[in-house]
Amino acid sequence: MKLDAKVPSGPIAQSWDSHRFEMKLVNPANKRKFSVIVVGSGLAGASASASMAELGYEVDCFCFSDSPRRAHSIAAQGGINAAKTYPNDGDSVWRLFYDTVKGGDFRSREANVYRLAQVSNHIIDQCVAQGVPFAREYGGLLANRSFGGAQVSRTFYARGQTGQQLLLGAYSALCRQIGVGKVKMHPRAEMLDLVVVNGQARGIIVRNLVSGRLERYAANAVVLATGGYSNVFYLSTNAKACNVTAAYRAYKRGAGFANPCYTQIHPTCIPQSGDYQSKLTLMSESLRNDGRVWVPKNQADCGKAPGSIAENDRDYYLERKYPSFGNLAPRDISSRSAKEVCDEGRGIGPSGYGVYLDFSEAIGRLGQNVIQERYGNLFEMYERITGDDPYQTPMRIYPAPHYTMGGLWVDYNLMSTIEGLHVIGEANFSDHGANRLGASALMQGLADGYFVLPYTIGHYFASQKQTPVTIENAAFDNVEKETTERIRKLLSIGGNRTPDSFHRELGRIMWNQCGMARNEKGLRAALQQIPALREEFWKNLRVPGCGEDFNIALEHAGRVADFLEFAEVMCHDALERNESCGGHFREEYQTDDGEALRNDDEYCYSSVWEYQGVGNTPALHKESLTFDNVKLAVRSYK
Amino acid sequence: MKLTLRIWRQHHRTAKGEMVDYHLDDVSEHMSFLEMLDVLNEKLLAEGKDAIAFDHDCREGICGACSLVINGKPHGGFPNTTTCQVHMRHFNDGDVVTVEPWRANAFPVLKDLVVDRTAFDRVMHSGGFVSVNTGGTPDANAIPIAKNEADIAMDAAACIGCGACVAACKNASAMLFVSAKIGQFRHLPQGKVEQLDRAKRLVAQMDAEGFGACTNTYDCEGACPKSISATFIAEMNRDFLKGNLCEP
Ligand SMILES: Cc1cc2nc3c(=O)[nH]c(=O)nc-3n(C[C@H](O)[C@H](O)[C@H](O)COP(=O)(O)OP(=O)(O)OC[C@H]3O[C@@H](n4cnc5c(N)ncnc54)[C@H](O)[C@@H]3O)c2cc1C
Ligand code: FES
Repeated sequence: MKLDAKVPSGPIAQSWDSHRFEMKLVNPANKRKFSVIVVGSGLAGASASASMAELGYEVDCFCFSDSPRRAHSIAAQGGINAAKTYPNDGDSVWRLFYDTVKGGDFRSREANVYRLAQVSNHIIDQCVAQGVPFAREYGGLLANRSFGGAQVSRTFYARGQTGQQLLLGAYSALCRQIGVGKVKMHPRAEMLDLVVVNGQARGIIVRNLVSGRLERYAANAVVLATGGYSNVFYLSTNAKACNVTAAYRAYKRGAGFANPCYTQIHPTCIPQSGDYQSKLTLMSESLRNDGRVWVPKNQADCGKAPGSIAENDRDYYLERKYPSFGNLAPRDISSRSAKEVCDEGRGIGPSGYGVYLDFSEAIGRLGQNVIQERYGNLFEMYERITGDDPYQTPMRIYPAPHYTMGGLWVDYNLMSTIEGLHVIGEANFSDHGANRLGASALMQGLADGYFVLPYTIGHYFASQKQTPVTIENAAFDNVEKETTERIRKLLSIGGNRTPDSFHRELGRIMWNQCGMARNEKGLRAALQQIPALREEFWKNLRVPGCGEDFNIALEHAGRVADFLEFAEVMCHDALERNESCGGHFREEYQTDDGEALRNDDEYCYSSVWEYQGVGNTPALHKESLTFDNVKLAVRSYK
Repeated sequence: MKLTLRIWRQHHRTAKGEMVDYHLDDVSEHMSFLEMLDVLNEKLLAEGKDAIAFDHDCREGICGACSLVINGKPHGGFPNTTTCQVHMRHFNDGDVVTVEPWRANAFPVLKDLVVDRTAFDRVMHSGGFVSVNTGGTPDANAIPIAKNEADIAMDAAACIGCGACVAACKNASAMLFVSAKIGQFRHLPQGKVEQLDRAKRLVAQMDAEGFGACTNTYDCEGACPKSISATFIAEMNRDFLKGNLCEP
């Protein structure tokens, strides 16, 4: 596997401009001769499909939900960053770039991050032009807030529904192209495998989730915009159907998987309430702008009503440990601190795994109406789930898996190690290093989809000759046969356990041993437990019904089967990286006061894993990272 | 608590459906309604039976996938609540709970509780957008928009496209859904340019999909989990009429 990042030479501030100039163009009259398959209709997939269709390419877009508008992006609450500097508070493209590289704990590729910061401003312009109703000030200009560890106000938002509004914007652009026939939309369709012909990605095998039948699609290039894999933990803030199948299948066909162990645990989620729990609900991080995080100083106070605990007996641990960032300390740090105080026995709530997020001071200072204006819908959501009123009593929160920085490796053009296979949005590994800053995923998904891929894919088409490939090609026969066989196998085991029970068990292994904190012993144990569980899965699974049918148990079983293989890759990656960085915290590597201890001498690279067969240790390839513009430094938020 | 669930089962689009009774013995009040159905499905699968199909995804009231008629009411009839946000603390030991799919000609049942809502998407394809391409747009702050207008646009844009409005309406009308999209754009300068044409196109497609007419009973507004106001319907009617009078 060859890793050529294709980073343009020259000063970073000019690299995207000069690269755009150097890239080859496809003649406008020829664009319609090129077809693209886009798997995914979230922010990344919808924006890319619409933009490529506008340019003239023929696009087929796929999603597993009943409408592209329901992609998981819809759930993002907090906001989207851009370096507009409207508030005149010292922000700039350079500062957004700098913050993102530092926030990623120096494990991302500088050139990609710079480009992201650069195009961020166009995203806001684009969305406003589409009619995205961002929050505004009384003077009619756009409102900004500071969010998730930033010391400037660069986050644009639409109440607590930013992801929804951005996705509906991208969906509207997509609808326009569907309406004129330039995009063919395939809802309720799940990609089950990638078809590679002569080393190039040329098609996919899809299961129609209503009829259950397999279908073949061929194109000149394939784009995966299939989101993240947080559901490997079973309980996460992701939507229920999010899964790793598309990315993992591409990995099995030769795409390198980068940094799978970089997972983000979000600090502010509603704690689990019982064994039947099906997912965890995020409370937007914007709440930390006005909420103060605390636990009792003394274990003895943990069971008491929060109001009865005196100010002096409260430990506002983030404010204490990180005086300059306080409650806005980045996600990895806040999450780990919550785990720490709970492990000390100072957690609150029935399980002991919870901390308070308290608004009483802000309500006193600003008035309840201001807090209501800012967070009304979040407070309502919290009350609906827990039955508690957060205006009266502090919220209970605990960290939960939320986002995955790891993903398929891509070069500067967003192409994976399989020629023609492009990967955008959360599904790739590109911009966030070992930790993502708040409000940067929406930015990245839309940057990739609106402003990067539509250029770079043209360059791909213009720079090489392709032979015509149709779905009659033998490669399609083979891949479809394998898929059929796999489905037959899932249906024929006839054991005693449901797909969900395996998924939950895998989730527990991963949360305990490859979650917020990891160590060698735990990871080695997980690498024994996962194959054993996988073996049981293939012996003892029970999926009633048949394949050519609307069969929800079969859908889930297929996804769990892939998670059961992928989890092992994650653990290998976590074990190999003998350092702590960002979302990857190895207990063996910490400073005396418990902070992550990075090892730049030995681990300043992205780990890219190459498939070697089920159960075999994948082969490691390294993309070394250089920092010419942001000086490698210890990431301190003290 | 113990519950009897009376659930619509229908194998496929053209199959005949029926209500089937299921019993659950230990439902916790902290469960969500969908978690309760998960427990039932786990039980069915363990018995080698076909699980009950229902749409869901985000489980936090924003994606618009979940779509159950619970005890005769879309999303159960709780204020501002989607099915996935309904918790079992609202039910009592011994209750018989009926669960059905959205009922509307334009939303045919695909299986059990899952319906086909692509009619909504097709309405959007006909004009639910501002006709701008990617790139070349003016600076986001070039056109100030009064906060109250932006707020109204956001109120309309909050629609999650679940279809509860259609399911609640005795005519199975989609006026609330369609008017919310029209309403969002007509309150923004970016959307004003195509305002009248958009109303005409969306209404035409809505009719073509077989949704019913509006007779102003406003059950849609009552059932909407996002409190979309029926005043958007009035605005849409105005645009539609004006559009036909000015440029028929
Ligand atoms: C609760 C929550 C809140 C968040 N808040 C914020 C925030 O405030 N700011 C921010 O910047 N980020 C936020 N994020 C992160 C951000 O929302 C996501 O990273 C981002 O939206 C991912 O977009 P995407 O387009 O890459 O993928 P997704 O939106 O996940 O879309 C994936 C698409 O791929 C399709 N798909 C997947 N697999 C297949 C397959 N095999 N076959 C066919 N189709 C497939 C799906 O149907 C879907 O259409 C939040 C995330 C969560 C969970
Ligand atoms: S599952 Fe998304 S709104 Fe209910």
